[in-house]
Amino acid sequence: MENKNWIGFKSGVWQEEINVRDFIQTNYQEYTGDASFLKGATERTQSLMKKVEGLFALERQFGGVLDIDTATVSSLTSYSPGYIDKENEIIVGMQTNRPLKRGVNPFGGIRMARQACKAYGYKLSDKIEEEFRYRTTHNDGVFRAYTDEMRAARKCHVITGLPDAYGRGRIIGDYRRVALYGIDKLIEEKQKDKNLLAAESFDSPQIRLDEELFQQIAFLGKMKEMAMMYGFDISQPAANAKEAIQWTYFGYLAAIKEQNGAAMSLGRVSTFFDIYIQRDIENGILTEETAQELMDDFVIKLRIARHLRTPEYNELFGGDPMWITEAVGGVGEDGRTLVTKNSFRVLNTLYTLGSSPEPNLTVLWSLNLPENFKKFCAKVSKDTNSIQYENDDVMRPIYGDDYAIACCVSAMKVGKQMQFFGARCNLPKLMLIAINGGYDTSSGIHIGPQMSVLEGDKLTYEAVMERLDIYMPWLSHLYVNTMNIIHYMHDKYAYEKSQMALHDTTVDRFMAFGIAGLSVIADSLSAVKFADVKPVRDEEGFIVDFETTGEFPKYGNDDDRVDLLAKEITHKFITELRKTKTYRNSIHTLSVLTITSNVMYGKNTAATPDGRKAGEPFAPGANPMHNREENGALASLNSVAKLSYDDCRDGISNTFSITPDALGKTEDEQTENLVTILDGYFAKLAHHINVNVMTRDTLKKAYENPEEYPNLTIRVSGYAVHFNKLSREQQREVISRTFHEEV
Amino acid sequence: MSKGYIHSFQSLGTVDGPGVRFVVFFQGCNLRCKCCHNPDTWARIGEAKEFSPDEVIAKVLRYKEYFKDKGGITLSGGEPLLQADFAKEIFTLAKENAINTCLDTSGSIINDDVLKLLDFTDRVLLDIKYTNDEQYVENAGCSMKTPLEFLSLLDEKKIKTTLRMVIIPTVNDNEENMLRLLEIAKNHKCVDKIELLPFRKICMTKYDEMKLTFPFASIPTPTKEKMDFLKSFVAEYI
Repeated sequence: MENKNWIGFKSGVWQEEINVRDFIQTNYQEYTGDASFLKGATERTQSLMKKVEGLFALERQFGGVLDIDTATVSSLTSYSPGYIDKENEIIVGMQTNRPLKRGVNPFGGIRMARQACKAYGYKLSDKIEEEFRYRTTHNDGVFRAYTDEMRAARKCHVITGLPDAYGRGRIIGDYRRVALYGIDKLIEEKQKDKNLLAAESFDSPQIRLDEELFQQIAFLGKMKEMAMMYGFDISQPAANAKEAIQWTYFGYLAAIKEQNGAAMSLGRVSTFFDIYIQRDIENGILTEETAQELMDDFVIKLRIARHLRTPEYNELFGGDPMWITEAVGGVGEDGRTLVTKNSFRVLNTLYTLGSSPEPNLTVLWSLNLPENFKKFCAKVSKDTNSIQYENDDVMRPIYGDDYAIACCVSAMKVGKQMQFFGARCNLPKLMLIAINGGYDTSSGIHIGPQMSVLEGDKLTYEAVMERLDIYMPWLSHLYVNTMNIIHYMHDKYAYEKSQMALHDTTVDRFMAFGIAGLSVIADSLSAVKFADVKPVRDEEGFIVDFETTGEFPKYGNDDDRVDLLAKEITHKFITELRKTKTYRNSIHTLSVLTITSNVMYGKNTAATPDGRKAGEPFAPGANPMHNREENGALASLNSVAKLSYDDCRDGISNTFSITPDALGKTEDEQTENLVTILDGYFAKLAHHINVNVMTRDTLKKAYENPEEYPNLTIRVSGYAVHFNKLSREQQREVISRTFHEEV
Repeated sequence: MSKGYIHSFQSLGTVDGPGVRFVVFFQGCNLRCKCCHNPDTWARIGEAKEFSPDEVIAKVLRYKEYFKDKGGITLSGGEPLLQADFAKEIFTLAKENAINTCLDTSGSIINDDVLKLLDFTDRVLLDIKYTNDEQYVENAGCSMKTPLEFLSLLDEKKIKTTLRMVIIPTVNDNEENMLRLLEIAKNHKCVDKIELLPFRKICMTKYDEMKLTFPFASIPTPTKEKMDFLKSFVAEYI
């Protein structure tokens, strides 16, 4: 197939089939030079960004939500076009008709939409309320099917954060397809798939897919309509870089208009765009300055994306995140790195537009990345605290070289794999329920197999493990079934039509389970094994606290005695989860990631044998508990690196804060040492790291005087936030985390 | 194999020698510098733990991936020369594993074990405290003779050397001191770097906890301007 808009590109398989990877591999130019070619923001960008900053300030003054359209159900074409400053925008398109105005999306659950409006002083319109009286939402469906035990597990917080009342998210459409092929071609291919399906014998899987394809095709059509409202015809391939970015953005915009999913990630677009930019520069259409301007304008659009959430949701996922994750860099299967000039440009937006949590810029780190790029990344980290790193050398063998990251740490092949997102299990609580014979002391709920409370004046490791061996299989089975219901209902009542239209028709599915409190359970088991743990009982005999005496190794000190306990727990858990069949034959995966929910999980969990008091926060993700590291930063990193990615395919999140002084004396030394640390950590096969280079003092000041630090960005757990958008409680927890300091 | 007394380990050291380093703090010191910020390492045994060289190197090897071409192990303290034989065994094992070795010392002890240790040392961070004997005796508790002799030894053995000096206002924050330091550097070809470190007082809590008096408690920390001014004298070595 030929198209005039492809002139100048090298031909390949990508012209015969939908194959963006092949297009990239055939056409991109690796860049190994340094950052000196980069240009700053143009005057236009600066003035537009100033307007946006003004809107952000206004949004803060309004308590975090600037405006809500309570009368319209968000969809691709339900709002008239919106602009920040029509004449001065290069890339256009907005979720609603005005910047930062939030739409309502009741398909996940009407209650959530209603509560969210109420929390910010609005009322969901009678029109929508009336309309949804006759509609089943995802939330309705789930609660029709939930068993009593599932409700109890949810209520006592042993499983929390289940996407049963809001959009599940974590699906990445291959938005690049819109630019490379145009909508008409995509419709044509989907139609072919639908016709082919007719040859199969129809049972529920085939009928479901047939209907899904109908919806996908319909929404591809709506995408075209939506773009037309902004004056663009996206039926054909993009003709230049500006169009490529615009077309891709329209694909993404359709997704976030249609879905209020928890994480709405972007994928891996920078190097794809580079091919168009390079062609335009060679044709004299673009200069370096205007290329940066295009990226800047695109990123401004991503920075103003918003979803309407409830305060309860914010407690789990603080900071109003969208997880517009963009994967940058990485290495190709042929050994060339995928670093292009545009990989630099997208990171450069943190300078041209200032530091920011969104988009969630994620560098796919490989030991083989060009040194110049590594140094630039480290410098950007040091200056902005806005990027995270994930190990391409560990992921590439599994996902190839065209995967992206959904949310924080979830890898998937773009357009070929998707995931069913699913909350996390509070493992320390599970341990407490197990030793109490099926009773949760913090909620007063009996749950799981009922048996006697562990007896005796001293907990033994064998007795605790024996109990876990009973309760972990029970919980795993319950957890998988709960997720099966949720995703069955989400497919049924809130199917992601736009995003799935930008996937292959046949996709691999993951079902992503999670763990919270890994360091707490590891240290607790270590205490039981190596120290004396005396249970403290209430009048009924339930264990409500512990008196721990003696020394025990703590996770975070590169001590195998406890680190391997942590590793063993993850292995045990995923092994148990795999024993229960998943909906749509999805592949079980496990993450060690908490977002900011570690605070809430801790709040709902009684005292633990490691010395953590009732209600105290857990450490986030796979982090060691705060300030238990005694051997410095690398020992802490080594402990986390021991967790196996094979057991935790949905990601192992580690958040690392270090003071500038601890990285070296001069700026150059600091940058160089940060590169060395990242190389060392990833050579140990670690999966992920968030890097903050700052002092605790800065955070304390921002805590006291939030108005003076409106843009202070900090990476928390697989994503970044504006510090001032966290709750006071979350802020205190972040301040109390370990900062590796110079000794 | 002899065991040694160790105060603590720091897995990430970026200011005690080039690159990323694993720092081993030895327990015990022969000096009592009034500016010392590690009084907890003075006592020969104190709260130290005993380790064999094998145990130390096993720890170090866990960090080899972070060392790359520049980084490695640094022995600090306390005074590593007090346990020179133990230190030598650690460095021997480090060299067997192709790990760069760095010794942070006052240079105030010279004996056969120290000489052997130097044969396995890639770089020395020599803490030159003052540039005259009077101040040495008064504020460090030793004569300046041995550290200078130690420096000549480093020169003979061609061991790369960083001269380090803590800048203490009213004590050694003057031009004459800098000029003498520069002269010492120029007279020893092994010196390729000078580090001026600002006097700091974050160690005060340690003194309080140990119920000791910090002799320099009333001295202020130097300003950045003053540090820059003093650095300008030895700029060619910075």
